[in-house]
Amino acid sequence: MRFEVKIEVLPREGIANPEGSTIERTLPALGFETAGDVRVGKVIRLQVEADSTDTARAIVEDMCDRFLCNPVIEDAIVEVLTA
Amino acid sequence: MSRRVGVIRFPGTNCEFDTVDAINELGGEAKVVWHGDSDLGDVDAIVIPGGFAHGDYLRCGAIARFSPIMDAVSTFARNGGPVLGICNGFQVLTEAGLLPGALQKNAGLKFLCRMEQIQFASTANVVGLGASVGDLLNIPINHFEGNYVCAKETLKQLEEENRIVFRYTDNPNGSIGDIAGISNKRGNVVGMMPHPERATSMLLGSNDGSSLLQSLLSTERAPSTNENVASTHDERI
Repeated sequence: MRFEVKIEVLPREGIANPEGSTIERTLPALGFETAGDVRVGKVIRLQVEADSTDTARAIVEDMCDRFLCNPVIEDAIVEVLTA
Repeated sequence: MSRRVGVIRFPGTNCEFDTVDAINELGGEAKVVWHGDSDLGDVDAIVIPGGFAHGDYLRCGAIARFSPIMDAVSTFARNGGPVLGICNGFQVLTEAGLLPGALQKNAGLKFLCRMEQIQFASTANVVGLGASVGDLLNIPINHFEGNYVCAKETLKQLEEENRIVFRYTDNPNGSIGDIAGISNKRGNVVGMMPHPERATSMLLGSNDGSSLLQSLLSTERAPSTNENVASTHDERI
């Protein structure tokens, strides 16, 4: 089966996210006083051939560990969307 | 005496010719080595120069480790050969697992291109020959992702093993511990954000980079051991 997968790559807890903090500082100017913890990352979408959702997830998590994500500064959230 | 220097060129590298000129001015014989080659040829040292290897896609330096030449660079480094990564070259070395940590965006969210003062924190490495700890150097930086970061344990290890090569005297980018450059355990692999090749003549505002490149040219290859043979990710975390 072919699975559509979404990978969210975000800066790790404690890693500076200057883009996020700049946006956070700006939001109150539009009246959004209640927003906080703004973090900017990136989204990678891909399709992968696998037998099951679990296998698809395992393949993509391996991709993240070895290439798509740098564990020193980033975390990846893998979401298998559709088969 | 290291005289023949391979300067690696990836698609997007842009400091290779400045580096070649600077090394040749100092009496070395530098040649550009294409990233698609798998053989380094006969070289005594390697420089991975600055630029935007593979467009900095995904993350700075992330794609470069898949270039065919990087297998040869890793083997050369692990056999004790002198390797200097400058700016994007430093990023490539961290992504390739030859140096620990990572370079994130500058804390001030600005691209910085200016002269910086850095201080030798360790001379037990390929750029430290003839220098003393505490020596001050004026060398320009030119980066957006120069903010060095690593795990707390890694920082402790770098300090204990005397692997912090340079610290900024006035931290421009938020780097942890004011770090401007580090080395591997044996000191034969050095990565630094400032550009020594751009500080090789008083016409450029400083000649302080010359001694670092001269040191690279003069350093003997470290003894070959199996120590520190890390797979790609071992150094990264």
